[in-house]
Amino acid sequence: MDYEAVIGLEVHAQLLTESKIFCGCATRFGAPPNTQVCPVCLGMPGTLPVLNRRAVEFALKMALATHCRVAPESVFARKNYFYPDLPKGYQISQYERPLAEHGYLDIQVNGTSRRIGITRIHLEEDAGKLIHSDTRPVSFVDFNRTGVPLIEIVSEPELRTPEEAVAYLQGLRNILLYLGICDGNLEEGSLRCDANISLRPVGETAFGTKVEIKNMNSFRFLRQALEYEIRRQRALLLEGREILQETRLWDAAKGQTFSMRGKEEAHDYRYFPDPDLVPLKVSDAWLEDIRRSLPELPAARTRRFMEEYGLPEYDAGVLTADKALADYFEAVLATFPRPKQVSNWIMAEVLRELKKEEAGIASLKVAPRDLGRLLALVEEGAISGKMAKMVFEDMVTSGRDPETIIRERGLTQISDAGALEAQAREILAAHPKEVADYRAGKTKVLGFFVGQLMKRTKGQANPQLANEIFRKLLAD
Amino acid sequence: MSDELCRLSLTDLSRRLQAGEVSPMEVTEAFLSRIERLDGSLRAYLTVDARGAREQARAAQARLARGEGGPLTGIPLALKDILATRGLRTTCASQMLAAFVPPYDATVVARLREAGAVFLGKVNLDEFAMGSSTETSAFGPTHNPWQRDCTPGGSSGGSAAAVAADLCTASLGSDTGGSIRQPASHCGVVGLKPTYGRVSRFGLIAYASSLDQIGPLTKEVRDAALLLSAIAGHDPKDSTSLRAPVPDYPAALGREIAGLTVGVPREYLGEGVDPEVQEAVRRALATLEGLGARLAEVSLPHTEYAVAAYYLIATAEASSNLARYDGVKYGLRVAGKNLLETYLRTRTQGFGPEVRRRIMLGTYALSAGYYEAYYRKASQVRALIRRDFDAAFATCDVLAGPVAPTPAFRLGEKLADPLTMYLSDIFTIPVNLAGLPAISVPCGFSRAGLPIGLQILGPPLGDEVVLQTAYAFEQATDFHRHKPPL
Repeated sequence: MDYEAVIGLEVHAQLLTESKIFCGCATRFGAPPNTQVCPVCLGMPGTLPVLNRRAVEFALKMALATHCRVAPESVFARKNYFYPDLPKGYQISQYERPLAEHGYLDIQVNGTSRRIGITRIHLEEDAGKLIHSDTRPVSFVDFNRTGVPLIEIVSEPELRTPEEAVAYLQGLRNILLYLGICDGNLEEGSLRCDANISLRPVGETAFGTKVEIKNMNSFRFLRQALEYEIRRQRALLLEGREILQETRLWDAAKGQTFSMRGKEEAHDYRYFPDPDLVPLKVSDAWLEDIRRSLPELPAARTRRFMEEYGLPEYDAGVLTADKALADYFEAVLATFPRPKQVSNWIMAEVLRELKKEEAGIASLKVAPRDLGRLLALVEEGAISGKMAKMVFEDMVTSGRDPETIIRERGLTQISDAGALEAQAREILAAHPKEVADYRAGKTKVLGFFVGQLMKRTKGQANPQLANEIFRKLLAD
Repeated sequence: MSDELCRLSLTDLSRRLQAGEVSPMEVTEAFLSRIERLDGSLRAYLTVDARGAREQARAAQARLARGEGGPLTGIPLALKDILATRGLRTTCASQMLAAFVPPYDATVVARLREAGAVFLGKVNLDEFAMGSSTETSAFGPTHNPWQRDCTPGGSSGGSAAAVAADLCTASLGSDTGGSIRQPASHCGVVGLKPTYGRVSRFGLIAYASSLDQIGPLTKEVRDAALLLSAIAGHDPKDSTSLRAPVPDYPAALGREIAGLTVGVPREYLGEGVDPEVQEAVRRALATLEGLGARLAEVSLPHTEYAVAAYYLIATAEASSNLARYDGVKYGLRVAGKNLLETYLRTRTQGFGPEVRRRIMLGTYALSAGYYEAYYRKASQVRALIRRDFDAAFATCDVLAGPVAPTPAFRLGEKLADPLTMYLSDIFTIPVNLAGLPAISVPCGFSRAGLPIGLQILGPPLGDEVVLQTAYAFEQATDFHRHKPPL
């Protein structure tokens, strides 16, 4: 029997506000433990939360960017559970009445576009962090992260493959980055993802028993964990065994998921409306202000790249799927305004380089202006395309500008027709047989002559010019 | 002479301080010495801050000398030990917080500090304000100054006893289901629960957040108006505090009540109300009528469900509010061999039986499968109770009735029977559920010599008309002038 996977993601994004969601403490990452705390975020007796307006604005931006319906009135609720990193013994979140619902995100996988529903987006506070001692059976608590604003984005169970799940998460991350409301760092946990996954026979419409997977802190782990889980569940189902409803943890070192807790051990969070906060009201006017403040989003930028720069849909899609890459592209254009050439270069050379290093464009040492200069030098005929690739590789490792590299390595192209013609005459004189072949119709021999010229000039001859010269001399 | 200073109302003492007839230091010493003499048998105070009080008195004196004093400058107050005081331990009458020293002031404390008040110390309460007799205090009960073998009521029993016994000029308490009005009634003093949101809750250690409200316990109605003026108003640190402008409460006191309609809820004077209480309240109503008010019978049909709804909503909120006492960050920690054991030991030893009972009740009311039947149903009942009051206030300016069904009961009498204790709050609880202002003002004595209070209720933000009516009644009677035999 063939099975299909049913996957839904719960994504938590830390918002880049200056201060925490319910107090004035700073949110900077990496500060010494417990230096960004106050009586409110430490949950000290008698203190009360006051909602950060910026956090709401950031959440509303995401809601609008993902086409959600924003609730005119939403309610904060307490999620009750005991843990040392949760100072109040409850997390302030939203439950029955979230900030926004019924949105969607379009994703592209293998050239096919799918619309994935977004169930809801709500605001909540982050918990602290436990630090376990290596030497003693003791744990410490760092409350710096306690109260950092989060949005939780819950998808409909409409993803069908690990690739779609990755594309969806990439799409969300990209929008967060475009909006500038989250730094999208999966490794550091400013963007977190849990997955719900079940299998069902193809054609079946009812859902199978779902398993929740946690602890996937990269796109690769998300894909691997889902692939693993599909294999695991399929094997169980084929043996006629039952899937247990449980929460499982992804172990990246072992490449497997492990049971963390079963359904029976699941928490009863005893949600109820937080009496310390009043309902959050979002007026039409406020929402309109936010809508007007939205930056250009990926879909719109793709359309603009096609219309303004005449790029094919594929190129425009690849470039805008990463805000930093699209920004880089446009920065190169500022120096060298030939969109298709810049796009070609980025799609081929730059992306190959990034893939090799598994890095983002931010870590590329080549400044956009320098890449623009390099392409301009090719255009002017100062260097050949082949040379440009060599220069680019140098730029990637050294970070130097193209002119310096070309000068130091003596890579300038010889475009002086007179100088080249003299050498071409010598080559022809030395190879009478080949000249005869050419004249007998074997015009392919032209490549041989150009090659000889390249050899003599150590590759510095302008290849187009060399071709022309040989063709002219042989025609004489 | 010094005991005479202690007996003065806030209004009178304030006048004398402003006139320079007495000094804040003199007054403070008088109180410290009286507390020393009398509190051993009453046990109203949990902490007497003699040093702090003397410092504040000295500062107040300098301020008055510069002519910069206000009506509260140099006035000695006692604070219910559930209000956070910077640098002064705040226990909630619980082992859990027996050594807890907040690094911040409650907003009300900060405002009174600003006004130049003197804080004599922190007074007793039921543990975490959970109780109606001050008997659940982990540090022992407070005695009723009128009869030592009776409770002062609760949970602000320390506040009421201290005001009644002239161990402070006035006090701040908190009222979640009657915790200001009931002890005020039982101790023969004035107790005002303002409209929910009128006074900031920041720094009031939460019992049930949607019901808790801070208010004054005083010797006279004018004192309550003065104190409310000082503590009322929007606080950016409390999202539930109201932005409505603060009226001049003392200015409302002179207004006549002739022409006001006083509603008398049928449900508040029926079965289960002690005949002596009924009689005192009926006489009080007649007094109001004599002052020109029109009496009108009204009905609050959902009153009988109020106690049940309250004990679901208040305990649900409490179960969550008190989760923070886990032995991890502050307060008591009783270490176990692992995290769970530390939680269990800390919370078992840190909380008394009544607090544990309410945490369990509230946890149950919020649990999966019970939420709809309990918490949600109770919230619906709460809405119906509000509607009852809305209907009554459509035709009435205020409502009046008893505060409690009986005068103060004996120590130990109801402690073993929590349900009976809970039911004694039947007339005060609906007010909290609806967020209304209400006051208890002395209206008589039982044959045994125990005080009885009249409760006057107003519509939301009707704190002025409540004070106005209570003041008119007080001026027409002399119950507030009686002093307990000490």
